[in-house]
Amino acid sequence: MAERERAATPPRGGVFVPRTTVMDAADLRRAVTRIAHEIVERNHGLDGVALIGLQTGGVPLAHRLHEALLNVDGTDVPVGSLDVAFYRDDIGLRPVLPEEVTDIPFDLTGLTVVLADDVLFTGRTVRAALNALNDYGRPHAVQLAVMIDRGHRQLPIRPDYVGKNLPTRFDEQVDVSSEGVVIGDVVPR
Amino acid sequence: MRHLLSVADLGADGIAEVLRLTDSFVEVSGRAIPKVPALRGKTVVSLFYEDSTRTRLSFETAAKRLSADTMTFSVASSSVSKGESLRDTVETIEAMGIDAIVLRHRSAGVPWRVASWVRASVLNAGDGWHEHPTQALLDCYTIRARRGVVAGLRIGIVGDVKHSRVARSDVLAFTALGAEVVLVAPPTLLPPSLEGWPVTVAHRLDDVLGSLDVVYLLRLQRERTTEALIPSLREYRSVYGLTAQRVRRLPADALVMHPGPMNRGVEIDAEVAGDPRSVITAQVTNGVAVRMAVLYLLLGAGSDLVGDRPAGEEPAPVVAAPERVAVGGPERG
Repeated sequence: MAERERAATPPRGGVFVPRTTVMDAADLRRAVTRIAHEIVERNHGLDGVALIGLQTGGVPLAHRLHEALLNVDGTDVPVGSLDVAFYRDDIGLRPVLPEEVTDIPFDLTGLTVVLADDVLFTGRTVRAALNALNDYGRPHAVQLAVMIDRGHRQLPIRPDYVGKNLPTRFDEQVDVSSEGVVIGDVVPR
Repeated sequence: MRHLLSVADLGADGIAEVLRLTDSFVEVSGRAIPKVPALRGKTVVSLFYEDSTRTRLSFETAAKRLSADTMTFSVASSSVSKGESLRDTVETIEAMGIDAIVLRHRSAGVPWRVASWVRASVLNAGDGWHEHPTQALLDCYTIRARRGVVAGLRIGIVGDVKHSRVARSDVLAFTALGAEVVLVAPPTLLPPSLEGWPVTVAHRLDDVLGSLDVVYLLRLQRERTTEALIPSLREYRSVYGLTAQRVRRLPADALVMHPGPMNRGVEIDAEVAGDPRSVITAQVTNGVAVRMAVLYLLLGAGSDLVGDRPAGEEPAPVVAAPERVAVGGPERG
């Protein structure tokens, strides 16, 4: 989870207190491998498939999927990263600043874009990402890969590839890193 | 932060924040569809009491690329010519429900007065000889884009410093970021006192030329300069003009900058503007992205992140409403 966003969002400078580890590094690796297989199966190969990670949590996932697809199918699919800050619907309600500069070094018109993110929650980030993608071109199709689907959707959005379905309370936090997936709470410092 | 009146309001951290955000807007500006919906429903008015083409167009382009609505207040064809006061004009415009006023005025300090009258954000687009903060920010961005950092560079600001709001804002911004600034001008074109300015002074461009990382040429403001300040344009050019001969003596990685509009053949030779070291066109391009960043910080996200929360005010509720709960993950999704 992005330090910067954590610092800027109320409660300001809150501390993440981990409670339970729900996936370890090996679980993550297996989930990435499985999703890679599913992407190949679903698209009958990898012709015209591209990966775009959502800043910031989705970017490492996109790169891990890229590596896994290389192993599974021998195909080097294009990878990009997308920051949706300027497309969010909560601008003005809370501090919304981009984490990184969007980097999509290919034309995605006609491609099947697999959006990757670490945690799917309300669906608002994905909504913003779908709008943003339209300004970069017209993909043939957009699919959604997430490591954790924690529920609580506020928009009609569903993932195509899921690492793990994780029922949560609305006010809990899910932290995905390369070491694993941890559920916990944020308490004010 | 609600207004951008002076570079000094930002400080080094604020400038860095603007530059970081500008990177994102440079990316947006390079796309086939260079527009984001970030400021939908906001209205930005340009209120220019002094002539301008590039600054006004740059701000309006920036606002449009953020999906804000723009209005232009043209003083010549307005009720100002019927004698309406500044305050009445500003309050009338604000009554139409606007979010930001981009203001240029021939008198120093006017943006501060206007900011005290209105609830909208005020952006200083140049007040007299005083300040022009977005120009300084785009200059910092342009230098950073070419040289990586601003800190540690030696920047010569050459020419009519006395009448230049660009010079005042640039000195504040460059030195805040850790650059060394040399003013190069005849005594008649320097302010009466440089006390408190963190700069050194040279009176001949040739004395410092070889040591400069950036040569920042100011426009000789013929409309503000009475003829007595310089003997002749020709003599000015011979001592302070960046001529083709002088540009050859500049280091290979030096930058040539100018805020425009250029007096070709006076402070800069026509062919110098096309030298690979000249970033004058990049300054204009970056100007749009920098102004997008500033508008976005003032009208979109920035209120809590840069600058001036009143002392003692709590940043945000610790227990937030369900729609905007907690940290990092909540609305990611």
